[in-house]
Amino acid sequence: MNVLTHPWPWWAAGVLIGLIVPALLLLGNKKFGISSNLRHICAACLPAKISFFQYDWKKEIWNFFFVGGIFLGAIIATIWLKNPDPMQIHPDLARDLAANGITHLDGLVPSDLFSWSSLFTLRGFILMVVGGFLVGFGTRYAGGCTSGHAIMGLSNLQIPSLIATISFMVGGFLMTQLLLPFILSL
Amino acid sequence: MAMSNNTRKIQTPEQDLAMRRQDAMCVNESDISQPWWHNLKYAVVGIFFGVIFIKAEIVSWFRIQEMFRFESFHMYGVIGTAVVVGAASVFLIKRFKVKTFEGEAIQFEDKKFSVGQIYGGLLFGLGWAMTGACPGPLFAQIGTGALVIFVTLLSAIVGTWTYGYVREKLPH
Repeated sequence: MNVLTHPWPWWAAGVLIGLIVPALLLLGNKKFGISSNLRHICAACLPAKISFFQYDWKKEIWNFFFVGGIFLGAIIATIWLKNPDPMQIHPDLARDLAANGITHLDGLVPSDLFSWSSLFTLRGFILMVVGGFLVGFGTRYAGGCTSGHAIMGLSNLQIPSLIATISFMVGGFLMTQLLLPFILSL
Repeated sequence: MAMSNNTRKIQTPEQDLAMRRQDAMCVNESDISQPWWHNLKYAVVGIFFGVIFIKAEIVSWFRIQEMFRFESFHMYGVIGTAVVVGAASVFLIKRFKVKTFEGEAIQFEDKKFSVGQIYGGLLFGLGWAMTGACPGPLFAQIGTGALVIFVTLLSAIVGTWTYGYVREKLPH
């Protein structure tokens, strides 16, 4: 049971995630990807005569089952496979976060930043609402997210996916290295 | 298809597939029509994925920060290994013309370059480092009990809708 409850090493997670690519292809000719869900939700709930949302979203309903599973899997792992030890965090990161009053380092989502009370602070609003907007807008503009481009696209040796993946990383570096220190200090 | 939305244009299946393919990596390429409960197999794969997300701490905001601060190899290792395994699988499927369990041929589409992959990619990268989540991990983060991330998810849906609204005005 220890093997299951302790954090899994990168190679185990990498192999298992990589195997999702052939699993979805063999199960029903489905390409691994998640961000399209957000588009299907728009197409299903509020297509508003926008041509980008005018398609038969019911053909992509498998993707809702897939993310529904992700949600359930997260609940299962959180309840029954909980890591008994405190999370290991790089000391430099812990120090920089502590300088901005972020000291609760338990949990995968830092409660000092992501909570209902911080939602109504400038810092929390930027991280959750602006951050979420950028995830939704950016992934669709890029035509895919980490799963669609970085894993499915690179697995299929697509140059556009390599360009997208490099852009994701550059955007992330810019935020973490340059902008986030300012946002966290708000 | 009986739709409550009567503004929907009547499209041929080919037009519909072309529209679904627009700005998308993962499109259902299957022509087989099955009862809804066949989709439960994708839920099983999803559960498996969700457990990995939590147990390998891929949805951890801290791990994402460590990745972008070059303080940990973890996320690079996860994504790199997944690509190697995925690429080997795709190669074998192409090489041996492996079919789906239902006997359908598996086909791959080549993607075309668009500057959207750069602009959109940069915007998503900013959001990834802020929220510590890609679209998949958003659902997993809510599953850990951080219910406030539902707001982030709603905002991501609004972002996608806004993209659809302004799409024709953006460079591609």
